[in-house]
Amino acid sequence: MKRPRRTASLRLLVATRKGLFQLQAGPGRRKWRLSGPEFLGHTTHHCVLDPRDRRTLLLAARTGHLGPTVFRSLDFGKTWKEAKRPPAFAKTEGAADQREVDHVFWLTPGHASEPGVWYAGTSPHGIFRSEDGGATWEGVTGFNDNPVCRKWGGGPQDGTPDGPKMHSLNVDPRDARHLYIGMSSGGVFESRDKGKSWQPLNQGCRADFLPDPYPEFGHDPHCMRLHPLAPDRLYQQNHCGIYRMDRPEGRWVRIGEAMPKKVGDIGFPLVLHPREPDTLWVFPMDGGTVWPRVSPDGKPAAYVSRNAGKTWQRQDGGLPREQSWWTVKRQAMCSDTAKPLGLYFGTTSGEIWASVDEGKRFSCIARHLPEVYAVEAAET
Amino acid sequence: MKVYVPSPLASYTQEATTVEATGSTVGELLDDLDRRYPGIRFRIVSEQDRIRRHIRIFVNLEEVRSLTAPLRPADELMIVGALSGG
Repeated sequence: MKRPRRTASLRLLVATRKGLFQLQAGPGRRKWRLSGPEFLGHTTHHCVLDPRDRRTLLLAARTGHLGPTVFRSLDFGKTWKEAKRPPAFAKTEGAADQREVDHVFWLTPGHASEPGVWYAGTSPHGIFRSEDGGATWEGVTGFNDNPVCRKWGGGPQDGTPDGPKMHSLNVDPRDARHLYIGMSSGGVFESRDKGKSWQPLNQGCRADFLPDPYPEFGHDPHCMRLHPLAPDRLYQQNHCGIYRMDRPEGRWVRIGEAMPKKVGDIGFPLVLHPREPDTLWVFPMDGGTVWPRVSPDGKPAAYVSRNAGKTWQRQDGGLPREQSWWTVKRQAMCSDTAKPLGLYFGTTSGEIWASVDEGKRFSCIARHLPEVYAVEAAET
Repeated sequence: MKVYVPSPLASYTQEATTVEATGSTVGELLDDLDRRYPGIRFRIVSEQDRIRRHIRIFVNLEEVRSLTAPLRPADELMIVGALSGG
């Protein structure tokens, strides 16, 4: 029998509607120690470890009364400092649409060759870049101030119920200039010049809530991920199904058609296996009728595909069998890199579930937390 | 002049609920407050110089909605986390 590969230290960074929590894994990932809350009362959308120094954490936060900001820790969460200049749009005099950042929604560390570089996605749609580890942020003007890009997000009715979201900022590991983004709504876009110019990347993807179901833009990607070992392979959990794209062809293929019809292929998160480009997980939700956004039929399950979406297997070992009406948001599911792989997700009802055998069996490792917005594995 | 600071901003003022700041307008006063307590202004006022939706500012018990509102040295300014329902 193969011995499981040990991870030196593993923590889950759990960003919730009411603050940040951390779960520290014990030996074998069998026991977990919950700590927090930190920033109690803050709406925390995303907390991410910098994989380049394995020490710096960035946290996107706001409160009900106060404006949005980013907090930074340079010592893996022991102490925190606020960004000196948080993401903010350029001031515009007298313009009808003076944009204000409502909240920072997504954080992505930059390319391995650019230590200290981070990207942030905001609501309303904006992209911001930091070159000093998150202390100060500048708008990516090629997107934020480009009238063409501004059209892609549509009007006030085209965002999510909690506002339009800029998310899924992916950096091509081969090329720091090559960036991907997802806009809810708006679609998927790429830049090959570090954000100076952007092109739509939505061919083959449905938008069945629009008069033309295959428009150039206006789609609603929920979560898009690029595989780090096969960067020409993209996966997308969309409002209208699960898709895969293999570059350079640049056309989305709906791989969710192979999901059981009773479950469907709507959901928020999508997780990739860090060592196997053909393996991915999704966590379906009910996207029928009035969009309940809960587990289909009250029976939660992850689904895994090990052949790039040709077939899917249900994984509900250890999960409630009925009457469970929660779901998992787009940043709230992740993996570690251990062998066998650990899978983790947080629910809208404040539970954290873990599997240390690639999804065969889940166990609840924390409950009674606030609504979970994001779960990220931090390995040091 | 005296500035009353609400509890959501107390982390900036080392928990002080009243502090001193100067300025001939509300905007100038908030700039001075930000020099003394870095980061506090952006939590109160947006990048478009609008007072945030759930923040209210009173000068001598009179609400002001503009950063250009004038101040006199004897005035008192109160920053309040607005009652937002619930």
